[in-house]
Amino acid sequence: MKRYVYINDNESSHELYCDNRISNRKYTVLNFLPKNLWEQFSRFMNQYFLLIACLQLWSLITPVNPASTWGPLIFIFAVSASKEAWDDYNRYLSDKKANEKLVWVVRQGIRKHIQAQDIHVGNIVWLRENDEVPCDLVLIGTSDPQGLCYVETAALDGETDLKTRVIPSACMGIDFELLHKIKGVIECPNPDKDITRFDANLRLFPPFIDNDVCPLTIKNTILQSCYLRNTEWACGVAVYTGNETKLGMSRGIPEPKLTAMDAMIDKLTGAIFVFQIVVVMVLGIAGNVWKDTEARKQWYVQYPIEGPWYELLVIPLRFELLCSIMIPISIKVSLDLVKSLYAKFIDWDTEMIDYETGIPSHATNTAISEDLGQVEYIMTDKTGTLTENRMIFRRCCISGVFYGNESGDALKDTKLLNAVAGSSPDVVQFLTVMAICNTVVPIKSKTGAISYKAQSQDEDALVNAAAQLHMVYANKTANILEIRFNGSVIKYEVLEILEFTSDRKRMSVVVKDCQNGKIVLLSKGADEAILPYAYVGQQTRTFIEAVEQYAQLGLRTLCLACRELREDEYQEWSLLFKEASSTLVDREWRIAEVCQRLEHDFEVLGVTAIEDRLQDGVPETIETLRKAGINFWMLTGDKQNTAIQIALSCNFISPEPKGQLLLIDGKTEDEVCRSLERVLLTMRITSSEPKDVAFVVDGWALEIALKHYRKAFTELAILSRTAICCRVTPSQKAQLVELLKSCDYRTLAIGDGGNDVRMIQQADIGVGISGREGLQAARAADYSIGKFRFLKRLILVHGRYSYNRTAFLSQYSFYKSLVICFIQIFFSFISGVSGTSLFNSVSLMAYNVFYTSVPVLVSVLDKDLSEGTVMQHPQILFYCQAGRLLNPSTFAGWFGRSLFHAIVVFVITIHAYAYEKSEMEELSMVALSGCIWLQAFVVALETNSFTILQHLAIWGNLVAFYVINWIFSAIPASGMYTIMFRLCRQLSYWITMSVSFTLSVF
Amino acid sequence: MDTDRERHRARETAFYLFTQQSLPACKPVLTPGWVIAIFLFMGVIFIPVGLVTLRASHCVVEIVDRYDIDCVPEPSRMDKVSYIQDDSIPKNCSRFMKVHKYMKAPIYIYYQLDNYYQNHRRYVKSRSDKQLLDGQKYHDTSYCQPVESNNNRPIVPCGLIAWSLFNDTFEFIREGAELKVNRKNIAWKSDRGHKFGKNVYPFNFQNGTLIGGGKLNPEIPLSDQEDLIVWMRTSALPSFRKLYGRIEEDLDVDDVVVVNLMNNYNTYSFGGKKKLVLSTSSWLGGKNDFLGHACVFVGCSSLTLAIIFVLLHVKYRR
Repeated sequence: MKRYVYINDNESSHELYCDNRISNRKYTVLNFLPKNLWEQFSRFMNQYFLLIACLQLWSLITPVNPASTWGPLIFIFAVSASKEAWDDYNRYLSDKKANEKLVWVVRQGIRKHIQAQDIHVGNIVWLRENDEVPCDLVLIGTSDPQGLCYVETAALDGETDLKTRVIPSACMGIDFELLHKIKGVIECPNPDKDITRFDANLRLFPPFIDNDVCPLTIKNTILQSCYLRNTEWACGVAVYTGNETKLGMSRGIPEPKLTAMDAMIDKLTGAIFVFQIVVVMVLGIAGNVWKDTEARKQWYVQYPIEGPWYELLVIPLRFELLCSIMIPISIKVSLDLVKSLYAKFIDWDTEMIDYETGIPSHATNTAISEDLGQVEYIMTDKTGTLTENRMIFRRCCISGVFYGNESGDALKDTKLLNAVAGSSPDVVQFLTVMAICNTVVPIKSKTGAISYKAQSQDEDALVNAAAQLHMVYANKTANILEIRFNGSVIKYEVLEILEFTSDRKRMSVVVKDCQNGKIVLLSKGADEAILPYAYVGQQTRTFIEAVEQYAQLGLRTLCLACRELREDEYQEWSLLFKEASSTLVDREWRIAEVCQRLEHDFEVLGVTAIEDRLQDGVPETIETLRKAGINFWMLTGDKQNTAIQIALSCNFISPEPKGQLLLIDGKTEDEVCRSLERVLLTMRITSSEPKDVAFVVDGWALEIALKHYRKAFTELAILSRTAICCRVTPSQKAQLVELLKSCDYRTLAIGDGGNDVRMIQQADIGVGISGREGLQAARAADYSIGKFRFLKRLILVHGRYSYNRTAFLSQYSFYKSLVICFIQIFFSFISGVSGTSLFNSVSLMAYNVFYTSVPVLVSVLDKDLSEGTVMQHPQILFYCQAGRLLNPSTFAGWFGRSLFHAIVVFVITIHAYAYEKSEMEELSMVALSGCIWLQAFVVALETNSFTILQHLAIWGNLVAFYVINWIFSAIPASGMYTIMFRLCRQLSYWITMSVSFTLSVF
Repeated sequence: MDTDRERHRARETAFYLFTQQSLPACKPVLTPGWVIAIFLFMGVIFIPVGLVTLRASHCVVEIVDRYDIDCVPEPSRMDKVSYIQDDSIPKNCSRFMKVHKYMKAPIYIYYQLDNYYQNHRRYVKSRSDKQLLDGQKYHDTSYCQPVESNNNRPIVPCGLIAWSLFNDTFEFIREGAELKVNRKNIAWKSDRGHKFGKNVYPFNFQNGTLIGGGKLNPEIPLSDQEDLIVWMRTSALPSFRKLYGRIEEDLDVDDVVVVNLMNNYNTYSFGGKKKLVLSTSSWLGGKNDFLGHACVFVGCSSLTLAIIFVLLHVKYRR
C-alpha cells in the first residue's frame, strides 16, 4: 500500500513504476478495430442488425440483396468508428505534445534536457518560472530563500488564485549545487486521486542531514498540470508519474447518462421487436401451411418432395429478414446527430453568454438535452449559484457595539471610523484578526498597489475591508507578516496555521508579535464553532443576538476571537501538532483533535456580517420555473436563518399568510421522529389547499431522518414542492438527489463549487455555474452556464425543443419503417406467403437511409411555439414533463397511422395497377413512390414552422427521389431500366399518387 | 469586391441565424377557414377527375372468355390433369366470342391467368438476366435453380420462369376469314434492345425429363422471342394478363369471332383459370374502374367533410 521513492536513484524504480508517458488514449493502432467493434457490438441494436446482416448472406432465405443491410450497417459503423478514431487521434496528438516537451532533469548528477516522457520516479526535475509541471513532484528546493514557491492550480481544480507551496523543513538551506546530489527516501501512499491530501514522509540520507523523518503534506508538492508562478526556479522529486499522477488518477470516464426518452425508445424498440417476432411466427406458420397445401401442386414452382432438414425454418427466417426493417437502422445515427446539434445550439446561444465574464454556455454531455425538458426537481446550491458569491463586508459588532446598522455599510459608519482613528484597542484587535487570520497572499504590483490572492471569498472581503479601515496587510515574506496601521508598521511571525475544514468550521493562526514576543491564537469561524468555546465568564449574549440579527437580513456571519498563549503552552502543543501532521493514517482527524486542544477559552472579539448579493434575475427565474411545475430544493451549507432569508428574497418560498414553513429539527432520534411526523401530518392536510408549504431541515436532523426514517422522509419529499436543507454536507446533497431519483423523478442539480460536484454527478442532469469558486463544478457537470438565470432558457427553450424534436424524430423513424414493412407483409399474402420482397434492394436501402432520413433531420429546426410564448406561459412545459409526446399511447397512434397508410398505398396500388399493368417492377415503384409522397406529406404536416431548410429538405427530397430513380432507369443493366420513365408518362400513375396522397389525409 | 463582401456577410448572418435557431420561418396555421377551403378544393378537383377517368374506363370495350374448363372434353372433365398431360390427345378447341359493342382497332389480345403465382419467391428469383443478355458466355447460372442445366450442359434460357413458358395458341376467324393478328412488338422495346441478347439462341431448352411449358425455336435469337420476353416480365399479382397480339381491324357490333385455340398449358393441377381477353384501350390503359371510383370517393368525402366543417363552424362560432 506504500511506495518508497529513492531520490536520485536511477535504476531501482524503472521496473517498479511506470515512466512519465501520459496516455489518454482509448485505443492503439493495433487494437482499434477489434476494441471499437467490440464496443459497438455490445449494444443490443447493433447485435440485432449484425444478426440480420449475417442471415442475409444466406441466399436461400434473403429476400433482398445483403447489401441493403450491410451497406447502412457498415456506414453507421464507419461513422461512429471514425468519430472515435478522430477523437482518439486528437488525444494522441495532445499526449504527444505533452510527452515530448523538454524538461531539465538530473541524470548521473548532471542536469540534462530530456523529454518529459522519460522522467522516472525518483528523478529530480527542475522548473523555471511559468513552466508547466510535468508530473507530481515533492519540492526540495526553490529560488526563494525561505523555500516558498507559488503555483497556479487552475488546470487541476479551476481555482485561479496563486497557492503557496513550501519545501519540507528537512530540505531547508541545502545549497543550490548540492541539490543535484541529494539522496534520500520518500515514503508515500500509492497513487490516488485526492488532490487535497498527500500524507507522506521524507528521510534524507547522510551527509545531508541526520536520519530524521520529516512529514510531507500537499503543501510540499506541486502537482502535474500546475504552473510555476512568481518564482524563478524550483526543483522537486518525481513521486507519481505518467497516468499515476493525481490528475491522471482522477481522470476517469464518467458513466454515460441515459435520458428518460432513450429509455422509452428502448422500451418501444423492445415492443416492436416482440411484435416482429409474432408477425414472423404467424407468417412463418402460414407460409409453411400454404406451401404444403398449395405450392406443392404448383408445378411451375417445382418444390422438391423431400426438403433439407431445415426446410421448416426457411420461410420463417425469410420473413424475419423481410420484417427486420421494422426496427429502423437509421434511428441511432439520426438521434446521435440531432443530439449533438441540440448541444451545439446550446453552445451557440448568444442569449446564454455571460457578458460580464464572456463565458458562453456549454453542453459537455451532448446526449441528454431531452431530459432538460422533463426536469421535475431542481436541487440548487445557494452560495455562488443563487447569489453572486461576491462578498462585501457590510456590518460588524465589536464587543457589543453594532456598526453599520444605520447606513447598512460599516465602512462608512462614522462611529467605526472614529474608533479606528482613536485606536480603540478592541477595534484594533478585531481588525488585526480580520487582516491576518487567513491564508491570503498579498501581491504588490509595480505601482505599489496591493492586491490579494485569496482562496475564499469571505477572507478576501475581510482583508479588503480591514485595508479600507486602515489596517493594511501589506506584505508577507516567508513567515513574517507586515501590517500597516495608521502609519505604523507591525510585524508578526506566523507560527502555525490551523486550516479550515468543514468539520471544524473554523480556522486559526498562531502568531508571534515581533515587538513584544507575545504569542497569540487568532480564530475565526461559524458562530457555533466559536461562541460555545468562549472563556468562562464572557457574556456572549450580544454576539448571539448579532448573529441572529444579521442572519435575518440574509448576511453571512463570522465570529472572530483570540487568545493569548503562554510560551510553554505553545511549545508543548506544537510538538503534538507536528506529530499529528506527520501521521500517515487518519491525519485529518488527528490534526482536528490536536487543534481542539488549543482552540478553547476564546476571548470573542466580535461578529462580522458579509453580504452576498443575489444574482440578477434569480427571483424571476425561480418563479417562472416553479410555474412550469418544477419543484425547487435548496441545499446549502449555510445557516438556517440565512438560507430562509435568501429563499424568501428569491421567491423560493412565499411569506407567511400565503406560504408556510415547517421545521424539522431535533438533536435525538425521538425528537426528529416526532417533528418529522408532525410536519408530514401538516403536509398531508394542506396538500389539497393552494398553499405554499415548504419544509426546512438541517444537516443533523437530515442525517437521522435519512438513516432511520427514510420511508417517512421519502413521503415528505414527494408531498413537498419546496424544501430548504441547510448545513448539509456534500455527501448529504448527493444522498438527497439519490432519494428523489429513486422515486422516479427527473432531477437537475445546479451548483458552482467543489462541494456540489457529487450532487451534480449524481443527478440526472448536472448543471455547473462557471463562477468564482473555480471550474470544478462546471467540469463535472453536463452543462455549464455563466449565471443562474440562464437555467430558465436552458430548460424552457432548449430542453423543451429538444424533447419535442426527439419525440417526433424517433416515432417518425418507426412509423416510416413500419409503413414499408406492412406493405411487404400485405404483399406476402398475395405472393403465396413465400416471402417475396415487393421492393428491390436499392429502393429499400435508399428508402431507409436516404429518402426518409434526410427530411426528418431538419426537424431539429422545428419550433412548435415561439421562444417568447414558452417563456410567458411556462405551464406548457408540463406536456414535456409528463412525457405527453412520447409514450406508449402516442406510439400506438403512430403505429396505427403507419398501418392505415400502408393499407391505403397497398390497396390503391394493387387495384390501380391490376391485370395487364401488374408488372412487378412497375408495381413496386408505384408503391414506393406512394410511400415517398406520404412521407413528404407527414413530415410537412408535423412541421410547425417552415424555414428555408425545411422546404429544401422536404420538397428537395421528393425531387431527389425522382431524379435518382430516373438515373437508375437510364442504366440498361439495372432492373429498373426504363421503369420510372414509363411511369412518369402515364397519367394513371399521377392520379394514383394523388389519390393515395389525399386518402391518407383523412 | 463589394458585392463579394456583402454576399459573404449575408452568408455569415444566415449561419448566425441558424445557430440561434431563428431562421425566418413561416408558420402555417390550420384555421377552420383554411381546412374548409382545402377540402372544398379537393372535392372540386377530384370529382371531375374521377368522372373523366370513369368515362375513359367505360369507353374501353372488353370481351372476356374463360376457356380452361370448356376446352376439356366432357369425358375427361373428371380428371383434367391427366387429360392435359396426355400428349396423344389433340388439344384443339373452338370458342365463339360475340362482340357486343363496336371495337376500334387496335384490339389487344390478352391471355389472363388467375391463381397463378408468378410472384412466388422460388419462381421470381429463378432467372439469370446476365445469361439472357450474354448467353452461354455467362456461366454462373446458380440463380436459375432448380432449372439450370440438363445433362451437364447449361440451359438457355435457364430458370423456372422460362421453363414454364405459356404455350396456348390462338387463331381468330371472323365470318370465315382469318383475322390478322400482329404478334410483333408485343414486348417492351427496352427489353428487346437491352435485356435479351440479339446473338443468344435457345440451347438445351425443354430437353429434360420434366417438360414445363412451351418450347422455343432454337433458330430465333432471344431478342426476337417476344412471347418469352412478355412472359418473363413477371407479374406482381396472382391474377394477371399478358399481351398475346393485336388485331388491327375494327370489330363491329354482333360480329362473332371464332377462336381456334390449342389448350396446352396446365393450370388444372393447381386450380388456375385461363381466360382470353379482347380489349380496346384508352389513355388510361385497359378497363379499370377502380381509379375513377377512388377519385369520386375522395372528392365526395372531401366535399362532405367540408360541409360538416362548415356546419360545425357555424354552430360553434365563438
